[in-house]
Amino acid sequence: MKHIVIIGNGISGITTARWVRKLSDHKITVISSETDHFFSRTALMYIYMGHMRYEDTKPYEDWFWDKNRIELKKAHVNFIDFDQKQLQLDDGSSFSYDKLVLALGSKSNKFGWPGQDLNGVGGLYHYQDLEQMEVYSNGLKRAVIVGGGLIGIEMAEMFHSRHIPVTMLVREDSYWSNVLPSEESKMINNHIIKNGIDLRLGVNLGEIKDGGTGTANAVVVKESGEEIPCGYVGLTAGVSPNIGWLIESGLDIGRGIKVNEYLETNIADVYAIGDCAEQQSPQPGRRPIEAIWYTGRIMGETVAYNICGKPVKYNPGLWFNSAKFIDIEYQVYGEVPAKIRDGMTTLFWKHHDNEKSIRINYDTDSRAVLGFNLFGIRYRHEVCEKWILEKTHIEEVLTHLGMANFDPEFYKQYEQNLIDQYNEQTGSSVTLKTKRGLNKVLAFLKS
Amino acid sequence: MKIIQNIGLLLVILAILIFTAMLGIGYNKMEISDLNLENEDHQTAIIEAAQGEAFFGEELSSIAFISKYKSILKKASNQLNENWSNGPIKGKEEWTYKLQDWQISKYVESSIASTADGPVQRNPLLFLGLTFGLAILGGLLYIIPLFNEHEGIKHNGIYHNPLTRGLKVNVRSLFLFGGFFAILVWGFFKLQNLFWPLVTIAVAGIITALVFVKDKSKGQDPQRSASPIDTGWLGIIAGTYLIGFYILLYWAPSYIQNWIDMVDPVSRMLSGGEASQWFLYGLMYSVIVLVMGIRMFTKYQHNKYQKVRTASVIFFQLAFAFLIPEILVRMNQPWFDFKNIWPLDYDFFYKYNLDNLMSSGGLGVFMLVWGIILIIVGIPLMTYFMGKRWYCSWVCGCGGLAETMGDPFRQLSDKSMRAWKYERYIIHGVLAFAVIMTAMVLIHYFTGRSTLLGMNVENVKSWYGFFIGAGFSGVVGTGFYPLMGNRVWCRFGCPLAAYLGIVQRFQSRFRITTNGGQCISCGNCSTYCEMGIDVRSYAQKGQDIVRSSCVGCGVCSAVCPRGVLRLENGSGDVGTRTEELRTIHISESEVGIL
Repeated sequence: MKHIVIIGNGISGITTARWVRKLSDHKITVISSETDHFFSRTALMYIYMGHMRYEDTKPYEDWFWDKNRIELKKAHVNFIDFDQKQLQLDDGSSFSYDKLVLALGSKSNKFGWPGQDLNGVGGLYHYQDLEQMEVYSNGLKRAVIVGGGLIGIEMAEMFHSRHIPVTMLVREDSYWSNVLPSEESKMINNHIIKNGIDLRLGVNLGEIKDGGTGTANAVVVKESGEEIPCGYVGLTAGVSPNIGWLIESGLDIGRGIKVNEYLETNIADVYAIGDCAEQQSPQPGRRPIEAIWYTGRIMGETVAYNICGKPVKYNPGLWFNSAKFIDIEYQVYGEVPAKIRDGMTTLFWKHHDNEKSIRINYDTDSRAVLGFNLFGIRYRHEVCEKWILEKTHIEEVLTHLGMANFDPEFYKQYEQNLIDQYNEQTGSSVTLKTKRGLNKVLAFLKS
Repeated sequence: MKIIQNIGLLLVILAILIFTAMLGIGYNKMEISDLNLENEDHQTAIIEAAQGEAFFGEELSSIAFISKYKSILKKASNQLNENWSNGPIKGKEEWTYKLQDWQISKYVESSIASTADGPVQRNPLLFLGLTFGLAILGGLLYIIPLFNEHEGIKHNGIYHNPLTRGLKVNVRSLFLFGGFFAILVWGFFKLQNLFWPLVTIAVAGIITALVFVKDKSKGQDPQRSASPIDTGWLGIIAGTYLIGFYILLYWAPSYIQNWIDMVDPVSRMLSGGEASQWFLYGLMYSVIVLVMGIRMFTKYQHNKYQKVRTASVIFFQLAFAFLIPEILVRMNQPWFDFKNIWPLDYDFFYKYNLDNLMSSGGLGVFMLVWGIILIIVGIPLMTYFMGKRWYCSWVCGCGGLAETMGDPFRQLSDKSMRAWKYERYIIHGVLAFAVIMTAMVLIHYFTGRSTLLGMNVENVKSWYGFFIGAGFSGVVGTGFYPLMGNRVWCRFGCPLAAYLGIVQRFQSRFRITTNGGQCISCGNCSTYCEMGIDVRSYAQKGQDIVRSSCVGCGVCSAVCPRGVLRLENGSGDVGTRTEELRTIHISESEVGIL
């Protein structure tokens, strides 16, 4: 029996602990200074908005850990002695490990803006960030959010839910335009504005002004010099691995902790997973660092197999992701770049309400489907993935496109609209043969 | 817009205040000539007992009237007992001569309607307008502007609101245990029976022992049951008010004659007969389902499943539960709710009902056959094709109220493992109780045997009616909306839901499918599951969900921010897709050996 120590109780660390327990009888300790128990980071916004309580964001009840012999320790690790295999904690204690898993997560990016460390300035990643937002929300007249990514729009929605006016400063000319194709990006611009959020595109943060008490009281826009008075500044310009304290430790570190495909670091018996891990040789189509919920989950599962002597390579599979932009759901499967690359053709249909769209990318020559991008419409992960992996011809996909539809019953289906668009665009005459429904899907997935 | 909504809210509050205050206005006045008892001994004794008391011809408040009349009846009863103890009276039978306790209650209850008088009786329509009318107007003023809001999930601030936030777990336990024991004590006094309250306590003890010891729930304190930082005080007020309402409705209707008289003109218009407390309840129920149903349309403008489903529960409540039975009565046919099914409709096989249906010609026989076909063919067939939702969240009246008036409280369901364990014992226990009771009733009906295993069928019936029919489904079932969520009865108590659930669990095409690896474990699905199913625990494993308790309301799918859940019917492959360790990305076959 070995002692497996996991630093970090987020989705990666906890998945590791659960799978090590499933696969072995090792002693397991999970250390975190953030919260006593694992909670879903992605649900922080819902606590603020009053949709859920903190308790509701915990995927497991508190007795789960005892029952599964997973020891939880609330402490901060100050120092790791890799030679002696020892950890030093902030409470002065130290203890040893046989195998160490670093699941350290991220921290919010700060780019050296003047005033970035003032009170009333914060990101949204940790539970403590939420507590900060709560403190400053009382009587808040306006919040300014710097950065137009997924967390930025979440934070905007949070303040908006409490009728606190929000200004969003976005560096790009359109929301998240480094990831979203321009049509979709523009749709989200509209949606943000429709919700009464003051969206400023193509602007940068100049400085955050100190109100004289060490607390932010205004933001200066770099380009125009305009000063926007505010009581809170959200920094949501992305996240980066939370590894500052390990730089001199002997670990091989780039932007994150470098790991091989078995998630091993350069030091024996030390693994890194989740947001803080940087793949030395990422799989084609994937970035070296991916701070995404499901990659953390897959890494946790993978590393548990490796720790338990069942070596398996990290394989996140075909790219997919999802998000929700205020009221518009977003799903992506496969290759959907912001700008169409050579050899790729795109088929795009948008509903006139400007809140729903379907995009399918396919190879111009072979006409094999490459990617799906959905806004306001739900598609099935397994079906889209199978079509892409099997390089299915676009017309075959369109013929059976109903199989992919995952919207609730009675929802209007828009597959025919997309096919009309395709026929018009290519002069073909594809007809929709398969509509939404489970039986055909199950048969297809088995085939 | 906000002003209109606030005016609406004020009107609703005003209507509730007037409704409540109505219980204190008017008077009851009984003249000696109003006392027309068939039993002459009683008649004489009562008139004698009333001598010297300021009763006949006096205008008394309903509370004073009831208490005074009761004491006079008691006095008369004592006098008759005393007379009899001096030796049997010639030409009289003891059991007709004496005035029994149950007769006292009956005499009081039957005197109320005819002796009540006051502003309500003189102007019922005015009061109908001031209560029902104002509440409907206010409700619509509050609700209609919501159609202007953006489409999307409307859960902002639910846990900041003192009405919908829920109770700390210890406060909730107080209500739960207090309610349970209070009902038992009341049952003891009301039915003059100690045996059944004790049996109920014993069964509760056995279930608790099973949960804590056999299922090892001891030490597994529930975290996700309740426990906001502050108990919602408005929730407590609302819950207490509802509980009070149900206690009056079921067990003390004499005190709510003003409410009944207020709706009397409506009853006469529909069925031609005078209103009872059940007509009042049916009318209130229908109005609430309709108005709060419109609220559901505003909340789910973007979700057609919710809109169709809500339209369905409104329709079945208004037409099947309310209007059709009243019209049947007008046509001299039995009052019959075609969508109410045994064992929820627990008195379906009672002698009075069977006799009533069979003596009502072809239609009565059809009703009887229809009721039986629903039980043995309708339920298995419909549930096989689309799950128990066809009934629980599309047709059922209890479900209809839960999905409309109860919608603001759906998040208060207890998601803990312990609650699930309790649920399985209790709901199947109630089903067993209903089946045994009905079996006894039928044996009695066909063979005339009134005692079985030492239990008297009348006692079993009256305890079921009191404890399950009134206490559990009414007082706790609806009174606990703001305390424990809107499906307490459906989840823990309804024997029909248990039956539907067994079919759904083992023989149905219905399941909730999960969408590959998209789940982010946020917990919206579990939080808003009114049945307390921990939906997330399945979704995050990519496991399809087949649970007996799921009523298919579709809200988990609606609130999911990542498009993970879908209610589906399909014939294939329920087995492997619901396996617990259905891994999404790593399977044993992928694990290589270096």
